[in-house]
Amino acid sequence: MDTLAALARVFAYLSFLTIGGGMAAYPEMKVQVVQVHRWLTNPQLVHIYSTGQMSPGPNMMMVAQIGQIVSGFPGAVVCALAFFVPTGILTFGIGRLWKKLEHWPWRVSIQKGLAPVAIGLAIGGLITFGRTSLTGWLTLVIGFATFAAVARTKINPVFFILGAGVIGVFALR
Amino acid sequence: MLRRSVKKPSVLAIFLTFLEIGAISFGGGVVAYLREYLVRKKKWFDDVEFLEITSISNTLPGLNATNIAILGGDRLAGWAGASAAMLGMCLPAFIFMVLAGIVYSQSSARPLATAALRGVAAAATGLLAATWFKIGKRSLHGFYDAFFVLAAVLGINYFKWGVPITLLAVGALAIFTYRPQPAEAKPAHEEDEWIHSLH
Repeated sequence: MDTLAALARVFAYLSFLTIGGGMAAYPEMKVQVVQVHRWLTNPQLVHIYSTGQMSPGPNMMMVAQIGQIVSGFPGAVVCALAFFVPTGILTFGIGRLWKKLEHWPWRVSIQKGLAPVAIGLAIGGLITFGRTSLTGWLTLVIGFATFAAVARTKINPVFFILGAGVIGVFALR
Repeated sequence: MLRRSVKKPSVLAIFLTFLEIGAISFGGGVVAYLREYLVRKKKWFDDVEFLEITSISNTLPGLNATNIAILGGDRLAGWAGASAAMLGMCLPAFIFMVLAGIVYSQSSARPLATAALRGVAAAATGLLAATWFKIGKRSLHGFYDAFFVLAAVLGINYFKWGVPITLLAVGALAIFTYRPQPAEAKPAHEEDEWIHSLH
């Protein structure tokens, strides 16, 4: 019960930091999941976060996988609800208010101001993430090759991710 | 609102459409899948309304995929539509992740799964970097934007302020910098550009 309550608290809190996307919240997720509660090791968190990139739908549903590993199926349900419902209600409420907010001058200021901050937070999250995921020459090659391929072609990235998994099975044991 | 269909879809139709999007949108870029279904195939929204929904989603906490589901579902069928869209969008990924968690928890599969995930994590890093590289190239303009990106990165990785403090401090400074100007000539035009820059 205590673990479920802690999972609910942590993931509801993290969900409010996902400005612009899940990566913004990653450094704080690492603090909470790895250091404070010790639910996972640092490499485990990186691996589980990465499986989100293979999934259809919202990538951050990987929080349900953390719940499943920590506390079984009830943990998965609690993490998913905690992460998606409170911000969902907020979005619903602001969506309803939008007609009134449309001509509020600060709205444009918030949108313009948060755009670069969201990108900075995502880059900060990626640097934190890459320190664990890119160790050794092969992972660096895979990472840079995927970056170049995704930035320059229109091929669905899921193929690169699956290919990298196959390479991992043979070469990263 | 020229191409907007007259007939509003049922809650069940909303659920099934978002369930389909939630099940097939592999490889990130859920927004592109959403646009393909909601604007092109179902014609539930026109491009202008879809862009508006997307730009609201970007500013709010929570993910684009689920925020668009909620805002779109609400416009189609109120709170029931929003709930149906959200549930449909999330259900396939939830099942995928529970199954992944069960496999991961099995110790017999551990060494093999860990090896595969090392490769997956390296590729995911490249994918995420490319995604943010594209977003940055499209939506960053001028000195202040560059400054706030750098400030946020340094706040997280160098000064170790943590996400909440960095978000509040740099976010407040950025919003204040872009505060409403009394004699702004063409804000509507600039905002349109910003919205388009997200796509």
